Amino acid sequence: MSRGTAIDLAYLVAAITFILALKGLSSPKRARAGTFIAIVGMLLAIVVTFFQPGLHHVVWILIAMAIGLVIGFPAARLVKMTAMPQLVAIFNGVGGGAAALVSITTFIGTNTKEEATYKVLEVLLGVLIGTVSFSGSAIAFIKLQELITGRPITYPGQKVVNALLGLVAIALIIAVLITSSTALLWILLAVSFVIGIAVVLPIGGADVPVLISLLNSLTGLAVAASGFTLGNNVLIIAGTLVGASGLLLTQMMCKAMGRSLPNILFSAFGSAVTSSGGAGVERPVRSASAEDIGVMLSYASKVAIIPGYGLAVAQAQHTIRELADELEAKGIDVFYAIHPVAGRMPGHMNVLLAEANVPYEKLLEMDEANPQLSQCDVALVVGANDTVNPAAREAGSPISGMPIINADEAGSVIFLKRSMRPGFAGIDNELLYNEKTTLLFGDAKESLTKLVASVHAS
Amino acid sequence: MGNALLQYLTVFVLSVFVGIEVIARVPSILHTPLMSGSNAIHGVILVGAILVMGHAQTTPEQILGFFAVILATLNVVGGFTVTDRMLEMFKPKAEDKPKPEATADEEVAS
Repeated sequence: MSRGTAIDLAYLVAAITFILALKGLSSPKRARAGTFIAIVGMLLAIVVTFFQPGLHHVVWILIAMAIGLVIGFPAARLVKMTAMPQLVAIFNGVGGGAAALVSITTFIGTNTKEEATYKVLEVLLGVLIGTVSFSGSAIAFIKLQELITGRPITYPGQKVVNALLGLVAIALIIAVLITSSTALLWILLAVSFVIGIAVVLPIGGADVPVLISLLNSLTGLAVAASGFTLGNNVLIIAGTLVGASGLLLTQMMCKAMGRSLPNILFSAFGSAVTSSGGAGVERPVRSASAEDIGVMLSYASKVAIIPGYGLAVAQAQHTIRELADELEAKGIDVFYAIHPVAGRMPGHMNVLLAEANVPYEKLLEMDEANPQLSQCDVALVVGANDTVNPAAREAGSPISGMPIINADEAGSVIFLKRSMRPGFAGIDNELLYNEKTTLLFGDAKESLTKLVASVHAS
Repeated sequence: MGNALLQYLTVFVLSVFVGIEVIARVPSILHTPLMSGSNAIHGVILVGAILVMGHAQTTPEQILGFFAVILATLNVVGGFTVTDRMLEMFKPKAEDKPKPEATADEEVAS
């Protein structure tokens, strides 16, 4: 067996471990084992690469890897769990950047005039997709980190500008294919960079999860394009796996929000906050003090906690767990009803609540939780709005058709909200005006802290 | 169109189907770890980065390759570390070692 064959076999083994890892990640029990297998496969693929014939600059490669390790490991280790979405965004972005650089370097390193057209096209696609993923992820990071507003950023003619940018990119690709000009490649790089920014700016904070999933998928495709260029199967397989599964995941998330991908990408959803129930008309709502609500909770026998974006923003996952502990100490049955798109990323609530040591069995997915809500005395909605809005069941609302948690079926509903501002979808929530609803205004964490005290006292 | 391209296209198309099939039944609670895990997997671009850096002949190629290796390493290391941290939290209660700052678990006295 030649050295080349042995290396290719090792790459095949690595590719299999990646498939097994994705499979493992489909079940909570096998997820960690799956990740471990993928790490082994990744190490294998990296180590055998050093045995490729004619590899130079090994010392410099090791230095670059050491730099990446020294920056990446502490960053991933030390950042708080609530900042995870940003971190996933940035690590995805650097992957896209790396794929773009690999493609560019190949372009400079080969005499492109003599290469077949399809080879150059692979390089150009790698540059375009990788760079869009890089700059798009960077903006997603900046939005999530709240360095700029999380609301959609729009300007007149935005769609026209974006469409033009797309056309320019296509024209540049064709021009490079004909002329093999390196200068035009750099312009394509710059245009791709701008496209990444331009596409992400009009996307609102609550849609960013879907966006990150899409960008993740794009990076996968950029890696696959690099794989075509380098003629490397492990890059093609791994990149395509991520690209395809990422697209499916993106699709699942869109479905959970009852919206289509184009709608999320192009509609600047939620930029204008409108209230559908007659502008300016104050409608009565019932609000109460933390003490009153504490008593309500204490005399319930079954409570459903419905967490949302506001809980993640206020970083109140530990406080809500304390509240649940207090209630359980009184013999009250407590469970969490998790909407698929609650929080900043799908499954984000589960991760946050698991961090606060909430037992896994207490986290019920929407389909499991909904039949139980009618048996609940209290539905405690913390920082969620659109995901419990009954308007989703009626036609003609922007969120029509979105599956919701049936909070309105519980005996009474308690909303912890910062203000009467509508949720992300920018529409009024009828449930707030329902006669069985009580509101407690304030930051989720502060409100919960008060509730813990009042439940403890009563 | 060369034979090699056809072979790579075959691998590509089959991988698309595997990618879709393999995650078709993921519960939504694992969507975030799955995204993070697949994020780590596309860090395999490090293999490509090492190859272009290792075969670089001119200084510009070396510089670009150098940065490609740094970025790709960040992707691999960060991706796996973040995924592992997330999954650490899904461990069943029984195996959970109490964290120093965590309060003692109160048993439900019902």
